[in-house]
Amino acid sequence: MNAALTVEQLLPALDQTHLDWLEEEAIFILRETVAAFERPALLFSGGKDSCVVLRLAEKAFKTRGADGGFKGRLPFPLLHVDTGHNFPEVIEFRDRRVAEMGERLVVGHLEDSIRRGTVRLSHPLESRNGHQTVALLEAIEEYRFDVLLGGARRDEEKARAKERIFSHRDGFGQWQPKEQRPELWTLFNTRIKPGEHMRAFPISNWTELDVWLYLARENIPLPSLYFAHDRQVIRRKGLLVPLTAVTPPESGEQVETAQVRFRTVGDMTCTCPVESPAANATEIVAETLKVTVSERGATRMDDRTSDASMERRKKEGYF
Amino acid sequence: MSAPLSAPAVQDHRALRFLTAGSVDDGKSTLIGRLLYDSRAILADQLDTLEKRAAGASIDLSLLTDGLEAEREQGITIDVAYRYFATRQRKFIIADAPGHEQYTRNMVTAAAGSDAAVVLVDITKIDVHAKPVALLPQTRRHALLAHLLRVPSIVFAVNKLDAVDDPQLAFNTVRNALQAFAEQAGIAVAGIIPVSALRGDNVTQPLDAAWYQRPSLLQLLESLPASQERKDGDLLIPVQYVAREGEGTGNQPRTLWGRIAHGQVKAGDTVHLFPSGQQAVVALVRVAGSEVESAAAGQSAGVVLDRQLDVSRGDWIATPGTVHETTRFSATLAWLDTEPAVIGRKYWVRHGNRWVQARIASIESRLDIHTLGPIDAHELAVNEIGHVVIETQQPLPVEAYGANRVGGSLIIVDPASNRTSGALLVQGPVAA
Repeated sequence: MNAALTVEQLLPALDQTHLDWLEEEAIFILRETVAAFERPALLFSGGKDSCVVLRLAEKAFKTRGADGGFKGRLPFPLLHVDTGHNFPEVIEFRDRRVAEMGERLVVGHLEDSIRRGTVRLSHPLESRNGHQTVALLEAIEEYRFDVLLGGARRDEEKARAKERIFSHRDGFGQWQPKEQRPELWTLFNTRIKPGEHMRAFPISNWTELDVWLYLARENIPLPSLYFAHDRQVIRRKGLLVPLTAVTPPESGEQVETAQVRFRTVGDMTCTCPVESPAANATEIVAETLKVTVSERGATRMDDRTSDASMERRKKEGYF
Repeated sequence: MSAPLSAPAVQDHRALRFLTAGSVDDGKSTLIGRLLYDSRAILADQLDTLEKRAAGASIDLSLLTDGLEAEREQGITIDVAYRYFATRQRKFIIADAPGHEQYTRNMVTAAAGSDAAVVLVDITKIDVHAKPVALLPQTRRHALLAHLLRVPSIVFAVNKLDAVDDPQLAFNTVRNALQAFAEQAGIAVAGIIPVSALRGDNVTQPLDAAWYQRPSLLQLLESLPASQERKDGDLLIPVQYVAREGEGTGNQPRTLWGRIAHGQVKAGDTVHLFPSGQQAVVALVRVAGSEVESAAAGQSAGVVLDRQLDVSRGDWIATPGTVHETTRFSATLAWLDTEPAVIGRKYWVRHGNRWVQARIASIESRLDIHTLGPIDAHELAVNEIGHVVIETQQPLPVEAYGANRVGGSLIIVDPASNRTSGALLVQGPVAA
């Protein structure tokens, strides 16, 4: 009688009505952000979570025309931190979507930070993921953003389980886990001092499954990397490392072609695909229902170094 | 594998938010770990980490819930953490309130907005042969606090059934004691469930015992109502965001967005605006980007009025004749800041979407945290709860917290530190 229930018994039978409730909550948080702050921006990487937040923002701030399309413009620009090591498919997708929607895009380039000397790489092929923080904080300062909307979710990682919906960052952009403000009802405390800013997370209460269900239901465009494709990869420490100019094979390693899809899209030096034949969002939902490896664990090389690596990066001002 | 779970009649597919309250060693972390583990919300790489730490011994499910490095160093959880799992019937959000340090602060945070509270009772700590049977102080405290915060459903999970000689006798005795206590305190109990979080008995799988036929903890949670504000009667909307269609000229009709606190709104309704006192007729109603016939409590509605009025964030839209404003009201105050409450000092308070200056005019009493009875006191320090009188610089349309959470709740913010210092639950207006 102590046997665990099977996946089929326990996961919701694709009942999507709870998505309406999650959508309502997210739209509420988006409007709260725009109403309570003067200079918001939406972090948009082309990743699936930011694509969901972007669609929710359209629902929060635009009106539907007779053709079902959204009319109007978002009350904030989109902000992307480009490490210079992004997958080209993702950059192409980002620029195409921004043009289609007629939105404003601000890009913070890590290359600029390297040129300024505020980022120093210890070697040219070093992962640039951790250094994104510097470029992000420089963009916040340059454009004087006082709040950044992001697609982080509490189910992603243990350090995020205690993250607030409105999360305070001090004058150095740092997160102080012990100084978090209690968050009561929907009476968000959005008061900050000059030079400080906040991060707002409208999809805090969504899980990876919710995100895929919503992507499928709303037919939200995504970069092609998210769906099954053939790619040259290297098998390394249980991960499939994509072959790119910045992730060459080490001596003795074999390059092979596999049918893969990405579950997250980040810096090329630290983002790995999983083997999968899932060609669209619905097939991914079916796969997600059976998944046994959590999202960041299967696909992020940088998180594997330490159980606490996310918390350290968050304290430094990471997303 | 046993038969599939029975399907309770869940009308509302909103997620159920519940908090878990328990003290150190009550097995709360193990219970949450069990819910996540049995519902397969624990993923392989997280288990991998646990196995590494277990170093050959059996996996400690309680380790699944301590998140931050700072806490692991101290071996305690210091902040409310949110966990997610789903069954065929429902999505669940657990607000896990640690039970010792900063206890009241965490529990108040977790309880605000929760639909249910699961209070853990460690059966091994109770002398079931004593007459009368004495419940532990923390059990009373947890239940009373959840009741004070009007958490709609309160559930007792009687844990560690695996560790007593006669579980039937022990459970029945403790159940009777809990029922007597709840009756005396005026707490409506949604369920008293025997469990063994360690073995998994009666958590997700029904208990296989002749003396207990009622639901497992999970079955009960699946059937509890998600709290809802009333959809009938008078309308109340706090204006959250005022949007102009298009940009620039300022002459376009404006949409007043806000989540409906109670009642519903449709085109043709006459509404009163607070604080201006003006009236207008609703021209159309929107939800998300689309025009709708009507919207009801819990939904964010966009209201377009038939005339141009000066309406801002923080204003209220209401049925005419139903708004009662006051600048002085009594309330229960849960103090959350390490700096004690100071009578007469100006603080910021947020009511609905409006920030106003306010001060604590008087502290009438402090609540005994074990009985919630009043103690004569005129100070409030961190983690203390008291009865206070609040004065605001501008009138607010407050409602009793027991009648409506939106109109009856406020937060207090320290203007120097911007910390959220207190949570106010309104009782009602008082004369100056």
